[in-house]
Amino acid sequence: MNILNTFFNVPVLLDSLPVLMMGLLVTLEIGVVSILVGLAGGLVLAVARLYAPGLVRTLIVAYVNVFRSIPLLVLLIVVYYALPFVGIRLSPFASAVTALGLVSAAYTAEIFRAGIEAVPNGQFEASAALGLSNRHTMVDVILPQAIRIVIPPLTNNSINVMKDTALASVVAMPDLLKQATQAQALAANPTPLIGAALIYVLLLCPMVLLVARLEKHLNRGKR
Amino acid sequence: MKPIVSIKNLVKAYGSFTVLHRIDLTIAEGEVVCVIGPSGSGKSTLIRCINHLEGFAAESEIVVDGVAVLPGANLARVRAEVGMVFQSFNLFPHMTVLKNVMLAPMRVRGMKAEAAAARARDLLARVGILEQAEKFPGQLSGGQQQRVAIARALAMEPRVLLFDEPTSALDPEMVGEVLDVMKKLAGTGVTMVVVTHEMGFARQVADRVIFMDGGRIVESGTPAALFDSPQEARTRAFLRAVLNH
Repeated sequence: MNILNTFFNVPVLLDSLPVLMMGLLVTLEIGVVSILVGLAGGLVLAVARLYAPGLVRTLIVAYVNVFRSIPLLVLLIVVYYALPFVGIRLSPFASAVTALGLVSAAYTAEIFRAGIEAVPNGQFEASAALGLSNRHTMVDVILPQAIRIVIPPLTNNSINVMKDTALASVVAMPDLLKQATQAQALAANPTPLIGAALIYVLLLCPMVLLVARLEKHLNRGKR
Repeated sequence: MKPIVSIKNLVKAYGSFTVLHRIDLTIAEGEVVCVIGPSGSGKSTLIRCINHLEGFAAESEIVVDGVAVLPGANLARVRAEVGMVFQSFNLFPHMTVLKNVMLAPMRVRGMKAEAAAARARDLLARVGILEQAEKFPGQLSGGQQQRVAIARALAMEPRVLLFDEPTSALDPEMVGEVLDVMKKLAGTGVTMVVVTHEMGFARQVADRVIFMDGGRIVESGTPAALFDSPQEARTRAFLRAVLNH
């Protein structure tokens, strides 16, 4: 009984539910914006890596390697606490989206690159032989085929970004985790934390199942 | 007849391995040229240089219809005039047959969708697969796919058509339908350069047959001259090997 009252205290949970929902909204905002920034950035990086001159390509490879190596928490703290010293002052929301977007773009670029490379070379050759420009080759021929290949890994990456939004609580962002820790302090009871954990699982478990199904489906379609 | 493809001193090397040794070749407008020879003789590489799918040495020169084949702005112009049919078809698997044929005229020539669709239907009828227009390439047999690939190349109204072993990936019973389409084409005045192992086709359709070996043109001539009285020992050995079994 003591355990139930401590970890699953229903009155405490009901009391904290409104702030948890407000936190969830913030988490979703950060997550969705970061995912979109990462997708757009990653696509641009992947295509530029294919066609840009050598120096730009080297810079892109360096970008991808650096942002896949740096711990997200470190990057976030650098953006929020260190950049103000050089006059760049970002809001907690902007800091979170910047850090998450920069890292997600690096991963997404690698995913798109792998997808583009998985399209048979004959597709590039047929496009070239017809006189299609690089842009039309990408937009009409290569990307529609690559997108199918990259949907499962992209969804996986999106799940990771959603989970990593919890780190935004360290830059005073009132996201789901931050609201839960505050409610816990207020109620002197950890139930809001348990509630937040459940909300994360309820939010992301369907996406995890979706990836599993997509992967199965796409493997079946393989020649 | 005036030359439409002129190749001078074509050299192509992968590192220290030379695939093509100083090839000179002029192809006249409307001519049908078949290129034969053993695997690895450089015949596919030769025609892939004509539309610059393969780069080549700087001292070499290829001119198609008055335009030099070089990387850069003119290359798209050359490629728009030079159609290519591949051994492995290379149709776009995510588009219907009709869209496959419509794409390049719309994107490269700026054709309107209705006009491109009308032209595509005409061409699909010419290669005998109009009824498959709304299917996807994966639903077609190899022979049908290759006929779509020919229609796709023709949709650009190319001056020159390159065929890179167009029947080598086909089941034997489908070779005939593709060769028939190519025979019909040969009568229409389009310039054709065909890399092939189909000696019967070469003998029947070609104006000129070129025998390549070791990255060089060993011998060339009319089908009658090359097949019936080859001058070079290597040509005779190759023909004996492919014809006598």
